Amino acid sequence: MPRTASKTTKKRSKPYTVTSSDTDPVPSASSKTKKSSKENDEKYKLFNKYANTSSGVIDPEGIEKLCSKLKVSHTDIKILMLAWKMKSERQGYFTKAEWRRALKALKVDTTKKLKKALPELEEQVRKPLNFADFYAYAFRYCLTDERQNCIDIETICQLLDMVLGSTFRDQVDHFVDYLKIQNDYKVITMDQWMGFYRFCNEISFPDMTNYSLELAWPLILDNFFEWMREKQA
Amino acid sequence: VQERFGNQSFRMERKTIDLEQGWDYMQTGITKLKRILEGLPEPQFDSEQYMMLYTTIYNMCTQKPPHDYSQQLYDKYREAFEEYINSTVLPALKEKHDEYMLRELVKRWSNHKVMVRWLSRFFYYLDRYFIARRSLPPLNEVGLTCFRDRVYNELHSKVKDAVIALVDKEREGEQIDRALLKNVLDIYVEIGMGQMERYEADFESFMLLDSASYYSRKASSWIQEDSCPDYMLKSEECLKKERERVAHYLHSSSEPKLVEKVQHELLVVYANQLLEKEHSGCRALLRDDKVDDLSRMYRLYHKIAKGLEPVANIFKQHVTAEGNALVQQAEDTATNQAANIASVQEQVLIRKVIELHDKYMVYVVECFQSHTLFHKALKEAFEIFCNKTVAGSSSAELLATFCDNILKKGGSEKLSDEAIEDTLEKVVKLLAYISDKDLFAEFYRKKLARRLLFDRSANDDHERSILTKLKQQCGGQFTSKMEGMVTDLTLARENQTSFEEYLGNNPAANPGIDLTVTVLTTGFWPSYKSFDINLPSEMVKCVEVFKGFYETKTKHRKLTWIYSLGTCHLNGKFDHKPIELVVSTYQAAVLLLFNTTDKLSYNDILTQLNLSHEDLVRLLHSLSCARYKILTKEPSTKTVSQTDSFEFNAKFTDRMRRIKIPLPPVDERKKVVEDVDKDRRYAIDAAIVRIMKSRKVLGHQQLVSECVEQLSRMFKPDIKAIKKRMEDLITRDYLERDKENPNMFRYLA
Repeated sequence: MPRTASKTTKKRSKPYTVTSSDTDPVPSASSKTKKSSKENDEKYKLFNKYANTSSGVIDPEGIEKLCSKLKVSHTDIKILMLAWKMKSERQGYFTKAEWRRALKALKVDTTKKLKKALPELEEQVRKPLNFADFYAYAFRYCLTDERQNCIDIETICQLLDMVLGSTFRDQVDHFVDYLKIQNDYKVITMDQWMGFYRFCNEISFPDMTNYSLELAWPLILDNFFEWMREKQA
Repeated sequence: VQERFGNQSFRMERKTIDLEQGWDYMQTGITKLKRILEGLPEPQFDSEQYMMLYTTIYNMCTQKPPHDYSQQLYDKYREAFEEYINSTVLPALKEKHDEYMLRELVKRWSNHKVMVRWLSRFFYYLDRYFIARRSLPPLNEVGLTCFRDRVYNELHSKVKDAVIALVDKEREGEQIDRALLKNVLDIYVEIGMGQMERYEADFESFMLLDSASYYSRKASSWIQEDSCPDYMLKSEECLKKERERVAHYLHSSSEPKLVEKVQHELLVVYANQLLEKEHSGCRALLRDDKVDDLSRMYRLYHKIAKGLEPVANIFKQHVTAEGNALVQQAEDTATNQAANIASVQEQVLIRKVIELHDKYMVYVVECFQSHTLFHKALKEAFEIFCNKTVAGSSSAELLATFCDNILKKGGSEKLSDEAIEDTLEKVVKLLAYISDKDLFAEFYRKKLARRLLFDRSANDDHERSILTKLKQQCGGQFTSKMEGMVTDLTLARENQTSFEEYLGNNPAANPGIDLTVTVLTTGFWPSYKSFDINLPSEMVKCVEVFKGFYETKTKHRKLTWIYSLGTCHLNGKFDHKPIELVVSTYQAAVLLLFNTTDKLSYNDILTQLNLSHEDLVRLLHSLSCARYKILTKEPSTKTVSQTDSFEFNAKFTDRMRRIKIPLPPVDERKKVVEDVDKDRRYAIDAAIVRIMKSRKVLGHQQLVSECVEQLSRMFKPDIKAIKKRMEDLITRDYLERDKENPNMFRYLA
């Protein structure tokens, strides 16, 4: 399983750069993989349907188009999961290599097949091992700047809702409420982000009887805990 | 009976003695002995008789078989005792009771020992070879065993009862025959033949039980009737008496056991009731300064395991309560009275706390013999109330202000040198109880700066002395900056001399005003905000001149001017008479504006000087609305507003030729707290990194506790603050959480 928290190499999204393999419509004959050029062709054809012809990548507009074809909202978690599958580095953009990676992994080459594969993808991602990785990915994906390592509260609230809303509705609702009224933090770090995931998995809610202030929970969760206790009193 | 028969070889005819014959002979000796013991008229054994008896045995044992009668003689030896005991000794004892029985027993035991001694001498030859060969008990033991089995075993219980009855009688105040008891109890010891078993099982255990129930009864009534001091006196007396008892007639090994029982019944069982007695218990004794009673309490409970803990606890509570009361008193006075009176009260508080400490330290040393429990109790008590805030001021600040008052000229303390030294010593000791030592250091530094810069230090020796004391208590790092400040002043004076020399040598450079500059080393002094105030041209010249001079001395240093600390002497040319005004540089800057214009609006002044509103209002207030109205304000309201205008008050006068116009100092408290908080963040960071660097991997709780410990010399870090710094260090990639265990942290090189 890929190590998430210490991923230093691919943490920041790099500005898109054009590489030769992306613009080459026909894979070279010396390609190492025994892929039939025909299969790759299909994927590229599909790519080109959504890609911006001048930049050579699928941009936000293209993604919108894709989403409507897939009949999912672009804020649907499945799109984020797709991004994860393709190891997309920049929010709102899919490169050719990334696209190919995902489609290859999902074994699809048409929009229709992709649409069918999405629920299965979701199921796969929701498996605990994968989900932890996905969860961390979701955070990094939202970082807009290479030097940035935290995300503003508002975005976090939306992200939490998207990523954990279906599995931990209660926790997310309360925590989001808290985040909005507290003043200690204006941004959330990766450590705090992962901490919340651990909180959802380990702490019974809303009683939180197994939570302890003595442990190494991030301070924001300690404060959240105390706030909850006050409310419950 | 003479014992020696020397070399006289008395040869008897070695005719074979047969048993019956020989024993008849022996019997005569035994009978004689018995008569002597019974006190009947009977001459003592002479040496010939003795020899005969001895030799008879000797011969009968050395005869050739079948006439070697060793075994039979051995048995008959024992039988002799048994017969005597059964026929005479036991009956004599059984017919007596109580003390009479005891006396009889002592006599009979004494007799028996004599009998054993004599008979075993007669039969000595058996001891030499026979018993060893057959691994049999020696004669002495046989004799004693007879008494033990026949007499002692029969009677020891009755005897024990009689003894205990006498002991209790003595406890009730009656006279008893102590020597008799001693003799009786010696029997118990001796009958054990080297072991204390008999004494312990047949007497001591019962005696202890009885003693326990005796004192249990006494205690249950005393605890109801007596006051705590009286009860303690009685207890002390009882313990003393019991010790005497042991010395007089009990075996010494009984002492610790008996003492333990008595202590238990008197002091342990009722410890709580005794100490907590409403009007005379420990609390009351402390309240009423009953030093003797408290010393007694200590003596009594000192020997009991964990006995002192409740006492120390009450002591701690008492001291804490007294301390809290002082704090509350100061707090109440502060809220009810005007600010300046309140601050005096706060200083009074420190005085009182010092006195409290002195008072109870005497208790610890004298009543409680400097026992660690009480030192600890005192320390913990002081740590509780010494860290309370009074009227918004932390104890750290109060203490720093207290020092300032002692050390500054005209301070509220008018004491002798010795008294000052003593007070400073005590203040430094109090600092040990304050957890925010770094806060104290910062307040102290700020006030020290004011004293040094405005020449308000009363005595240099005292200044240095307290720094030495602080250094001793808190370490060199604590005082290094302060020492630097004091040194700076000395250097500044030298520097000033050089400056004046320079001016002498360069008359063109002379600014035309007497200028004194104090150059401070930045790191030592508190940080001061400096504003880019537009100085009057005269002062600008001064600054330039000094810069010129300074550059001749050192090239690579930057001078930052702190005008807020400057003082200026102005000649005020008032109508009535000229008066010298001693003002701050800022005030001077304002006033000098009126040299060129008669009337200025608030905004004029604001623009010309380039100050903030807050500062300007303060300045103008001090010059137009306070005690000395150098400027007249229009309208003449009590406060300055931005629409006011000001004019030089030519009509101003005062009976003095020179007046000081104070500028109320900005409340430094907020800034000090901010600075200290900032320093603490760095200190926590440094501690965390230091710890993690050496440990590499560490659990959260351990990291936190080590961090707290490392920092405890200077302050008590807030756990949340530590957590926050840790998270910051994670974000900055100094630390990371362990993958498997999120409660563990790793150091990232």
